[in-house]
Amino acid sequence: MLKVIAHTGALAMFAMPASTAAWAADKPQIDTGDTAWLLVATALVLMMNIPGLALFYAGMVRKKNVLATAVQAFAVAALVTVLWFMVGYSLAFTDGGALNGFIGSLSRAFGSGLLGSVHELAKTVPENVFLMYQATFAVITPAIIAGAFAERMKFSAMLWFMALWLLFVYVPVAHWVWGGGFLGAAGVLDFAGGLVVHLNAGVAGLVCCLVIGKRHGYGTEYMAPHNLVLTLVGTSLLWVGWFGFNAGSALSSGELAGSAMLNTHISAAVAALVWMAIEWASRGKPSVLGILTGAVAGLGTITPAAGYVEPWAAMVIGVAAGAVCYWASVILKTRLGYDDSLDVFGVHGVGGILGSILVGVFATRAINDVAKGQPVGLVDGNAGQILTQLYGVVAVTVFCAVATWVILKIVDAMVGLRVTRDEEVEGLDTALHGERVQ
Amino acid sequence: MKLVSAIIKPFKLDEVRDALTGVGVSGLTVSEVKGFGRQKGQTEIYRGAEYLVSFLPKVKVEIVVDDAQVERAIEAIQKAAHTGKIGDGKIFVTAVEQALRIRTGESGSNAL
Repeated sequence: MLKVIAHTGALAMFAMPASTAAWAADKPQIDTGDTAWLLVATALVLMMNIPGLALFYAGMVRKKNVLATAVQAFAVAALVTVLWFMVGYSLAFTDGGALNGFIGSLSRAFGSGLLGSVHELAKTVPENVFLMYQATFAVITPAIIAGAFAERMKFSAMLWFMALWLLFVYVPVAHWVWGGGFLGAAGVLDFAGGLVVHLNAGVAGLVCCLVIGKRHGYGTEYMAPHNLVLTLVGTSLLWVGWFGFNAGSALSSGELAGSAMLNTHISAAVAALVWMAIEWASRGKPSVLGILTGAVAGLGTITPAAGYVEPWAAMVIGVAAGAVCYWASVILKTRLGYDDSLDVFGVHGVGGILGSILVGVFATRAINDVAKGQPVGLVDGNAGQILTQLYGVVAVTVFCAVATWVILKIVDAMVGLRVTRDEEVEGLDTALHGERVQ
Repeated sequence: MKLVSAIIKPFKLDEVRDALTGVGVSGLTVSEVKGFGRQKGQTEIYRGAEYLVSFLPKVKVEIVVDDAQVERAIEAIQKAAHTGKIGDGKIFVTAVEQALRIRTGESGSNAL
């Protein structure tokens, strides 16, 4: 019965008069299913940041810094939203003419020309929905960085840094990879932000904690997480929200979104178990923080690959995420001695690098025919994609590291990056905000 | 009058309270405290950061009783808080000079 109706519908479309067909070509064909999914996915990704990331981080700091840590994600959400609407979206996602390899134009600044328009990447969704969806990515990326300098940065310096980093790092990198810039043109694949979001935030986090320095008392004082229940709730919201992040990045509501959601879920689950098993075997106990961190590592690592790989590959990626991110956060960090307070580099940075390279191995036309029938990744027979992915990794890492360092030096000269030693010992909640949790 | 301060394992609090009311103690004060004795501490690990936590959570029970009641109260606490494992806690007894019930102004043993 359903089939008959579908046939009738198809016939009716073919029978459209020529004038109607021409009109249809001019006016974008909005798909209500795609649009509805993108509206929901937008809300899910914002939920990842507030309250997801805010709680994830807040639970891991000491009690005297819980409010100051949680409010960073919240304040960044507000700040980035305004900047994104003003110029960020336009510079990232429009054609920059002669400069298009590097940056877009100001044609969509302050939302101009949005109505009645669709973006080239999402032709079945109104462009104002696409702007909103991308706004939530622009919000969470800088907010992730804040975990690296938790418990010691001035609030004013944090706001300046986030604003400058959004405009001079996130926006260009998003343009290079997704908005028509040179990395996308070179064939670098990044489904939902392994390069643009996770590697970018992770490398920036590493530079931040190296420039700002260790927390007072790091390595000698007791700095254990004050409430891992908050972290568990935050991680859970991140996991659910990540369906909006990765499956939403299909920019449609069909099978591709389904593939991305399935892969995301599998990788998170496998990585949580792998991290747990490694810790259990090597340290004697399966820690709560370990299981949670493993899940986030699996989510971050599958992000660039979510809509390119088959589910069995998502399992392999989950295993790699759990093992490699464990090594980076637990062994490498201790050996090198930097104080990445909440392991932004070890989890997001390393996960982003790992996932972006593994896209070159596991991407297949069976899931996403991005090469128009030609082999996509190594599993299809195109080993060269791994080199293409490495090119993307190196380009974003080098640019992000240098630009982040310059921005930090500028902000340090403007307002000073770090609170005083007394304020740090007292706790940022009372020192910076005049409030505290009882 | 004597002040009896008992540092006990937190999960033994209800048993100690019942034992004390059983021997006629009509009020007590409880605080959550931290410290160490022969039990030393325990190790916590967060993503590879190891902390030796030397102060363990304990509960301090304080009662003020008549001299005649002291031995029974101490015995009641010792029995109720005993597990036989290291870290069961300690009981201290000190002399109390004066007591006063704020509502009525009664003093000495009448205030207990």
